[in-house]
Order: sequence, then structure tokens, then C-alpha cells
Amino acid sequence: MVKLTINGLPVAVEDGTTIMEAAKAAGISIPHLCYLKGINDIGACRICSVEVEGELSLVPSCNTAVREGMKVTTNSARVRSACRTNLMLIMSQHEGRCSLCDRSGTCQLQKLTNDYDFFENLYVTDLPTDKDRMWVKDFPLIRDPAKCIKCMRCIQVCDKIQKLGVWELMSTGGRTRVDVSQHRSIDKAQCSLCGQCIVHCPVGALRERKDATKVMAALDDPEITTVVQIAPAVRTAWGEALDLPPDKATVNQLAGALKQMGFDYVFDTSFSADLTIMEEATEFLHRLQKGDLAKYPMFTSCCPAWIRFLKSRHPELVPQLSTAKSPQQMFGSVIKSYFAERIGVPPEKICCISVMPCVAKKAECDIPAMRDEYGVKDVDYVLTTREIIRMLRLSDITPDKVEEKPFDRIMGDYSGAGVIFGTTGGVMEAALRTASYMVTGKNPSTGAFGFVHAGKKFAEGEYPWQEATYTIGGSKIRVAVTSGLRNADRLCKALLRGQVKYDFVEVMACPTGCAGGGGQPFHRDDVERGATRGKVLRNLDEHMQMRFSHENPDIQRLYSEALGEPMSDAAEKLLHTDHESWQMPDEGEPQTPDIHVV
Amino acid sequence: MERLVIETPEEGQQVLEQIGRRFKKRISASPLGLCPVDMLLNYLRICHAQSCGKCSPCRIGLWHLTEMLETIRNGTGDMETIDLIEKTADIIRVSADCAIGYEAANMVLEGMQGFRKDMEEHIKRGRCLYGIEQAIPCTAVCPAHVDVPGYISLVKAGRYKDAVRLIRKDNPFPAVCGYVCEHPCEKRCRRQMVDDSVNICGIKRYAVDHAGDIPVPQCAPATGKTVAVIGGGPGGLTAAYFLTVMGHEVTVYEQRHHLGGMLRYGIPDYRLPNDILDRDIQYILDTGVNVILNTNIGEDMSIDELKAKYDAVYMSIGAHDDKKLKLAGEDAPNVYSAVELLRAIGEDEAPNLKGKKVVVVGGGNVAMDATRSTLRLGASSVTCVYRRRIADMTALPEEIAEAQAEGVKIRTLLAPDHIELDKKTKRAKALWVQPQLISLIGQDGRTSVRKAEEKAFPIECDYIIVAIGQSIHSQPFEGSGLKLKHGVIAAESSSFVPGSGNVFAGGDAVSGPATVIRAVAAGKVAANNIDYFLGYNHVIKSGVEVPDPQMTNNPPCGRVNLTSQMIDNIEGNFDLVSIGMTPQGVKQECGRCLRCDHFGFGSFRGGRKIQW
Repeated sequence: MVKLTINGLPVAVEDGTTIMEAAKAAGISIPHLCYLKGINDIGACRICSVEVEGELSLVPSCNTAVREGMKVTTNSARVRSACRTNLMLIMSQHEGRCSLCDRSGTCQLQKLTNDYDFFENLYVTDLPTDKDRMWVKDFPLIRDPAKCIKCMRCIQVCDKIQKLGVWELMSTGGRTRVDVSQHRSIDKAQCSLCGQCIVHCPVGALRERKDATKVMAALDDPEITTVVQIAPAVRTAWGEALDLPPDKATVNQLAGALKQMGFDYVFDTSFSADLTIMEEATEFLHRLQKGDLAKYPMFTSCCPAWIRFLKSRHPELVPQLSTAKSPQQMFGSVIKSYFAERIGVPPEKICCISVMPCVAKKAECDIPAMRDEYGVKDVDYVLTTREIIRMLRLSDITPDKVEEKPFDRIMGDYSGAGVIFGTTGGVMEAALRTASYMVTGKNPSTGAFGFVHAGKKFAEGEYPWQEATYTIGGSKIRVAVTSGLRNADRLCKALLRGQVKYDFVEVMACPTGCAGGGGQPFHRDDVERGATRGKVLRNLDEHMQMRFSHENPDIQRLYSEALGEPMSDAAEKLLHTDHESWQMPDEGEPQTPDIHVV
Repeated sequence: MERLVIETPEEGQQVLEQIGRRFKKRISASPLGLCPVDMLLNYLRICHAQSCGKCSPCRIGLWHLTEMLETIRNGTGDMETIDLIEKTADIIRVSADCAIGYEAANMVLEGMQGFRKDMEEHIKRGRCLYGIEQAIPCTAVCPAHVDVPGYISLVKAGRYKDAVRLIRKDNPFPAVCGYVCEHPCEKRCRRQMVDDSVNICGIKRYAVDHAGDIPVPQCAPATGKTVAVIGGGPGGLTAAYFLTVMGHEVTVYEQRHHLGGMLRYGIPDYRLPNDILDRDIQYILDTGVNVILNTNIGEDMSIDELKAKYDAVYMSIGAHDDKKLKLAGEDAPNVYSAVELLRAIGEDEAPNLKGKKVVVVGGGNVAMDATRSTLRLGASSVTCVYRRRIADMTALPEEIAEAQAEGVKIRTLLAPDHIELDKKTKRAKALWVQPQLISLIGQDGRTSVRKAEEKAFPIECDYIIVAIGQSIHSQPFEGSGLKLKHGVIAAESSSFVPGSGNVFAGGDAVSGPATVIRAVAAGKVAANNIDYFLGYNHVIKSGVEVPDPQMTNNPPCGRVNLTSQMIDNIEGNFDLVSIGMTPQGVKQECGRCLRCDHFGFGSFRGGRKIQW
């Protein structure tokens, strides 16, 4: 232990701790912008500078380790003055039109400038030109260099967590800026659209494409029937930004609010997650039996960011993806066929909207193959959790005053298995529950595949995934689960090198899965909430009566009335897709993209 | 009538002078990968500020050039802007009254040509082609990319063994390089922005002098693959070391009695004592490298035999042939090449020069080695003859100064004209030299000479030593399908020799005569690529943890230089000349390191590489 004093308070911390973390332990929160623990500790913004007795200059607290007997002052006049000046400098190159910003209210820079009590800047404003702000039109991820404060977090997150390297620091001197790496335009950069850069940007320089206006237009159009689905992970987070206590922020509360906003039908994607399980579990058993998985496992296919990643980084493994569409897309195709018929509305008069914790879903619903034979899209618009919160606000709805509403009929039931789709290991667990039933004809005990608990966690530095071997109907099934694309990349490489061997692998691109998704609410505190939100889903599952997808009566009805059985021709047509029917753009010569100014 | 006064510069001007002197150093310590358009623009702004303002091309023209260049940098200019810049600069070049104007225009024109592609990238895509990739200047410019701030901090902490282990991660010749490295690392040291570069080489020497014995690293499990290395110099032994550590079985073929190549047969003992060299070599051999001495590939054994017998072959044959003056009489028995002389000394077969007058021709480091060795062989007078000026010599300034201090006479602007032979003995008795006049400076920045009006005259001598460069002895290999280009082996940047099947080549044999550290770097690159060629991906790391940097206090402080022994009687004295740092000195010098691995860009990108 190292003993030091911070602002006169004695502190004892482990050797190697930074001044920033030591101060935090002592209840002193040193202001910072670029610092992201374990990911970005490069001392770039200099906002966290503190005074250390005996040092001539100020010292960045984020990457300076404590020393025995050190005397640190975090709030001297000199520190405050440096912080204030550096804030002004940063603000002079930041487009501070806060009301027009996605991050307003959760922006770290906005809070700091406010806390520092300055309402005018001594320095002239210097913003990028319109040319520097050009961006690929309609791309689901948007970056505005006028807001970027060059904290480098997006670069580090994309590199260290996702291993994609989409962002890089370009040029030098005063013209240094963050941009798409290798001089590519964003649509050619093989971005997975996980959105992790967006949630880790402290200032709103990154955001998703906003589609709420189009959804509002559909709501206002009397000719159009609006159908909305809510993904499992949304229920874990939508209340965060509305200051709702968890018991008030239920999914049925959200359903009530959406109804009040005017959506004609409100459903839970957990329903189609159950449907996905029926197809995916059947497919898994077929492929296992056929010997299709002798070399490489079958991969889950519900995460579009993972699919984009696999297609661009390990195309040789794409045939191993389950052909099952994701729950979002299955939901859409069922709505525009089975459901449309039931309610007697032609598919083109239905606007199918999804509320997702995800940015990549916006690209997924635009994949050319995700349409019916007449070209009608399965899903028309995807809104992130953040977008739906905004829509709630602008619809004058007080969410905690809204009455809880059940989901609409004929696709309203869902099982706990569908709910845990929103957290790492959940898809695998749900699939194994049903696969086991399909093989043995009996339900396994509900905890039999409690993957997150049962899976072997490798020692640090060994393998960044969990694995388990289960016996189903006498045969051993080797499965693995991981989240985060850097981890997924290592798993793919280990599979390709033959270092590991599995039958079934679940990958979610965002760390901890959809609960930690790139479309979830912003926070200012840099606390990673994915794991806690995931626990909410696990908890819901544990307390549900129905915990097996195959027991879902609405699913059973769908098969008996329309699809026959899983993997039938009708099911294949409606619920499966060809992942090779579309291409990720190749890396290539820099091209002048189709651009517009942000 | 106006009275004369003693003129003293005003205080403001004095301060400006001081800032300017420091600024010159700052420019030379510029990081690698800066935007050339931005830098040119700002150089040009300084040029414009230097204008006295009298003439329009300079006063107005340079301003317009900066404005136009700024639009290019900002990506708002177009291709026509480039044309107008070139046109304007050309007019300023021919119509400015003085160098302030026309040299600024020349600089712009040179830039327009030199990085036109980047200018176009700025215009068309608003982007720059460059960016900082390697953030630690010393490590970036070291050909072997040795972790300089890392080992300096370890020396500072008194962890000499760890320092040497960290160096060996990239360079298995830490001792040799501590003594004779040309230290390109110091040229870009950021400390120059404060005062002067850190004495990196001297700190390394302190580390190796105080590290004591270090156990050899554990080699990776044997792969069963075999590699032959031709040439036991620094490059070959570096490749052999890393490949052995990777688990391959390596055999080094050396044509002489001892390993070391130019380190033993080219560098005199007073700069690099044999026991220092042997220390590095022994460490390398202790990993399990096989050595076959006295075997000349190309004569005793063909390269095809090696190619068949081994899975891969690395050619690091060096450059041991000498370049000739091509003058009549050069084959006289008392005319030596520097390579011959130094090799003879290395093999203990040096000629007796006691009381003789010796003329050495050349101005490189080898020429300085030859002059200083000749003094030690007892010559009564040693004259170094060079056709350009001392400032044009390629030898390190400190080598030239040492030679002069030891008594070598350097006579410049004299070109060898012919060798006068003694009619009876047919031995050279004088070198006739033709006085030269320093002349125009070429595109490459090198100053040329031309024949002066004065007549040629003789410098009488008993021996002539020619030190005007080396070349590679490659004839034995030409038949085996290896391609030569400009007298060196044509190898790819991976060191693979195209079309050879399994041959790699590097070092002087590929680059032409260069330095120890470049040979080491070539051996490291070869080891990495041969490993991959053999189907592996071994990783080399040191496992040494680098201490935290100091925080902020680092006031300007003079650089600790090494000092030289006072030599009373130079004849026969091949003892080491330079004196290493004192414990107090090295501590202070280590404290001058600015730790660019932690401060600045290094903490974000292009910083410490813990493995390769």
C-alpha cells in the first residue's frame, strides 16, 4: 500500500494506482474528459491536472501513479485556473450549440463548463469547415467533427474492445483530427455499427442516424397501421434516462406509453426471440446430425454487428452462421404476412418499427434480402432506446403516470428464454433449453444451461470467452459464448487454427451483449451498466412461469396455423436468410463518397 | 561628420538570436510523419517574416504564397492553386533581389515537387497522407527500434541487467553498440528542444559495463527447422541469435578464424576491445548457435548445397572488398587498402610501420580508423589526404577530432593524382596530389570540387593506405541465381531474395557499407521473416517492466559527454580510448531523458512495443 494525502486527506491505495483513482477512493472526484478507465488514460485533455508538492508543473492525475508520501492538491487556484483555461481552449473548438445536441444533459463537457461557471469564452471560436464536416449520406452512424474534442476515446474503444480500428487520429499539428482510418469513407471502413464509440463519446460528436421523424410521420398517417416491437434489453434501460424507479420502468409500462403515443399494435421482440429459438435450435440439431459442424461450430445470427464483423474479417466462417433471421427481422416478416392477413391490412400499409438497444439493427433492416417477394421491407424503421425516450418526451407523456398495458394479441406471449436474448449467454441458454426438449421430448430443468454461471471462464490472458460441455440426449455438445468483437476475433482465430473446437457458439458484438448495446441511454458517469442491466433480464426469466420458447402458445399457434413446423418450407421462406446475398464493402482505394454536411 | 561608435546589439535582438539558436535545434528534433504542407507553410511564414520589405516579389509574393498554401493545407484550394503557386514561386525565384526572397521561392518549389501527392490529397479529399506512427523519436529512428527510454529508465533505477535484457529484445549486440554505435537515435532526441540530445550511447555503455553476467534466455521448443547463416558478422549473428531463441537450429558459416566480421576485422581495438565484442558473441553462442569457422561459401561449399541442406539460408556476407583509386601504381607492395590493413591488425599480422611516413586517402570513419591505427603501429607521421573539406567528411566529427588530437595531419582539398614508384624497388615513394577548389553544391546537397589552378605536388611517403569505400565480394554467388543490383544483392524489404526459393539476405551485402546497428536491424528483420517462412509466428519479448517516469521537473542541463584517455606513448597502444560515464554522471544523464514513451504521443499511439 502507498500512503499519500489528497487535499490534506490521508489516503492509502495499492501500488500502481493512479492519482485519479486514489482520489476517487477518497471521495474526491477530479474532473476529466478523455479519461476512460482501462481504455484511455493518455492525459490528452489535461482537465484532470493536479498539483503535486515539489513538482514545478501540474501533473495529469489519470496516468500518474501515486508515490509514497505524495502530497496532492486537486482544487488549488492554480489547478482551477488551468482547468478553466483548458476548458475554454477545448470549447473554442467545440460547437457548443447544446440544445441541438444528442448529448445535451449527459454531456461531460457541458457539465464541466457549467460547473466552472464560465459563460463567455476568452478565445475565438475555431470550427471545422463544411468540407471537413462532410459525411456519407444516410449512414446509420454519424460523426460531427465540429463537436469532437479529440479525446480519442472512440479510437481506443473501437481498437481495444472491438479490434476494428475504424477511427484513427489523422494529420498533425493544429489540423490533427479524429477521422475514419486509412483514409476510407465510413461506409467502406467495415464498421460493425456496434455503436460503442457513440456511447463512449463524452460530447456527442458521434450519434446514430435519427429515424424518429419518419416514425412520427407514420404515426400521423391515418392510412398506415403502425406496429412496434420492443427488444428485450430496452426494458432494462429505458427508465434510466427518465428517472423512473426500476419497478416503474417495466416493459408493459413502456407498452402503455407507446400505445398512448398512438402505435396501433405493440409487441415484445421476446416473442420472435422464441420463434428464433424454434428455428435456430432445429437448425442446430440438423446441422449437428448432418456433420456440418465437424470442423467449425454453428454461430448465432441474431447480432447484426457480429454478422458485419464476420463477413468483413473472417468471411470463410460466414457459412457457419445460423441462417435464422434475427428476432427483429423474424418479427417483421411475420407481421407483414401472417399478422397482416389476420388484421386484414395489406403489408404495404403496415409500418413496422422496432425499438432496439442497437445501432447495427438500423443497417440490418435495410439489407436487400430482408424483404418479401414484392419488395416490402420486413422492418421499416429502427429506433434506438435513446430515440424512443426522446419520442416519449416530445409526445408529452409522463411515463410513470401511464397505465401498464399488455402486449397485443396473437403475438403477445413470450417466454423467459426470449427475454434473456438481451444479455450475453442468453441466446445460447434459450436455444439449449429447447434443443434439449426437441431431442429428449422432456423439458430440462430450467437451470440446466445457466450458461453464465456454468460456463468455464478461462484464466486471464488465456481465452476471452466461456465454454461448457453439455450432454443432450446422450451426445456431448461443446458450446462457447463471448461478447465484444476483439474477443470474438480471438475466438474465430482459435477456431480457424484448430486450437479449440465447439459445436455451437454465441457471439454478441457489444460487451455484455445487447444490455450494454450502442443504442442504450447515455450517462455522464462512464459507469458500464451492461452487466447490471443483464441481471435484470436474468431475474425476469427466473420469475416467469413460462421459460421455454417451445411452450409459448402464440408460437405454437403460429406453427399450427401458418408455418407447419420449424425449418418447413414456409418457415425457411419467411424466417431464414442468406448471409452471403449481400456484401460488406471491400477496403480499397479512397473514394470520394456520396456526402452531405452533418 | 558623423562620429563612429562601438556597436552592440540591442537586448531584444540578442534574445531573438538566442530563441533562433534554440529553434534550429527544435526543427532538427521534429517528430517523424508531420504534415509536409503544414510544415512548409509555416517555414514559409518565417521566410516572409525575414523579408526586409524592400522588393515586391518577396514582400508581397511570399505573402500570397502563404495564403495560397494555406488554402491547400485547409483543403479549400484547387488544382489551379497549385499551378499559381508554382508560377508565382518561379517568378519570385528569378526576380527577387536577394536570397531571402529567391531561396524562399526555391524552398516552395522543392516542396511542390517533393510532396505534390500530399498536396493533391489535401485538395481533393481534405486529408493528409501522413501521420505520426512511431511516437518515440529515438526508438523510431533506431534501425533496430531498441526501447531507448525503457533502458535509460532502468539504468537510472540501477537495474543494469534488466536494461541489457531489454536492449537484447531488439539487439543482441548491446555491448558492441554501447561502444561503437553511430547512435542515429540521438539525432532526433526531443531533449534537443530543451538543451541537447541525451547521451544515449554512453548510457548504454554504462549499462553493459555494469550489468555483469546475464543468463541466456530460454529458447522456444525445437521446431526441427534448420537455417544456415553465411557470415558471422553482426547481422548474421543477430539473425542466428533470434532464430535460435525461436527454436530453430542455426549454423553460422564464417570464412575467417573468428566470428565478428567487421566488428573484429574492421573496427580497431582502441574503439572496441575484443573482450567487449566477445562478451556479446559468447552470449549469442550460449543460446546454442552452431558455428563452422574457416569455411568460405562459394569456394569450400556452394550456396546450392546450403540451400538444399537447410530449410532457409541467410546471407549476411558484409562488404569486405575495397574500392580502388584506379591509379597506376596502386598495386605496389606498400599500397594497402584500409580493409586489408585493419583486417591484418585484427589477425595479428600488421605490417611494421615503425618510423614510417604514411599517407591515408579518404574522409570516412574507416579512414579515421586507418590513420589512428597507423599511429599505433608506430608511424612517425600520418597524413590524411581528402579531396573536399573537413566539413564534408563523412566521418563522425568526434572521430576526426580524436584523430587530430592524436597527431594525424589532415590535408584537405587534395585529390590523388598519381603514385610515384621507386624505379628500382617498384615501391610507392610518393603520392602526387592535385589541389582542388571547393565548388558547386549538387541537388543531393553534396559539395563538389574542381581542379584548382595550382600544380600537382608530391607527398613523400613509405606507405599509402586507401580508404575510399568498400564493396561486396559477391562473385561466388552470382552463378547461383542471386541477382545483383548496383553491386549489392537484390533482396526485398522482408530480406527475401526473390526467385531464390529459400534464401534471405541483409546487411552491408544488400544496403552497401553501413553501420553495425543497421546490420543488426537487418538480422532482426530476417529472423522475423525466416521464422514466418518456416511456418511459425514466434514472439520475442523481454518481460522487463519499465519504471514509471519522473513527473515534471526537468530543467535545462548540459549533456554528459565521454572523455578520452591521455595517451603519452601511442605506439603499440591499442587500449580503449574513451572513458565511460561515472555513476554520478550517468544518473544525471539518465534524468535528462524526457520519457517520450509516456509523455506526448507515446502514451497513446506508437509507444512501447513490448514484443515483436
